[in-house]
Amino acid sequence: MHTSDESWTWQCENKFPSDTRTGRRILEEVLRELELQHWTQRDIFCVHLAVYEALINAIVHGNQEDLGKKVHFVCRLSPRRVHVEITDEGPGFAPDSLPDPTDDAFLDKPGGRGVLLMRAFMSRVSFNPPGNHVILERDRSDAARASIK
Amino acid sequence: MSGYRRLEVNEVGDVTVVRFRDHKIVEDVNIQELGQEMFHLVEKERRGKLLLNFSSVEFLSSAALGKLITLDKRVKAHGGLLKLSNIRPEIFEVFAITKLNRLFDIKEDEADALAAF
Repeated sequence: MHTSDESWTWQCENKFPSDTRTGRRILEEVLRELELQHWTQRDIFCVHLAVYEALINAIVHGNQEDLGKKVHFVCRLSPRRVHVEITDEGPGFAPDSLPDPTDDAFLDKPGGRGVLLMRAFMSRVSFNPPGNHVILERDRSDAARASIK
Repeated sequence: MSGYRRLEVNEVGDVTVVRFRDHKIVEDVNIQELGQEMFHLVEKERRGKLLLNFSSVEFLSSAALGKLITLDKRVKAHGGLLKLSNIRPEIFEVFAITKLNRLFDIKEDEADALAAF
């Protein structure tokens, strides 16, 4: 996912201690900007859900809610795309090694649903090794109708 | 547990109908309390027929889904019945993507769910 050739109109960057309340506040800032840019409610819901799951993964699973460990959050917005990067200070993980939570054998087991939802609701999701850095992007669904170039 | 912080609990016949006070079920503390209150209904108050009405729920996280799965197990362990209703399309999509619509008995609305007990 290349960011250098996109026309970013809004950006935010935060490095914050591993606290879910702070993470939610920062996410609310992103969602407010999507509202101001008249993104559809559908797109906003998808971004809300996926980015929230990614933040929880970083704060709770990556950094173990250790307030001494930071989460680095970057968001960039263009007329046609939202780009989010989240990095934690944990050891990372292998997302492809997670059991399939939709498999009948694991349907009632915890784990893996957050990543599944991230991939379902965003246009692109990638984890950089060792897995403590995730990039999520969603393309604006009404870009053509809004004549966004 | 006399009052419920996270739930509105009513009786319709022999069915306990539960609505959620939180429109967004995300904060971990709230999810923990939610779970405790739902488990209390099943295990302490022995409510055998439980209907969760999701009409007020606009957003929920995977952690909330986990609590629902645990609730379903506990209801079944006590020989009870659990149904869900009034789930908004975007929230239902979350259940469908995670295939949890196969685990839970989900009805369109409360009337349908009550009739199905």
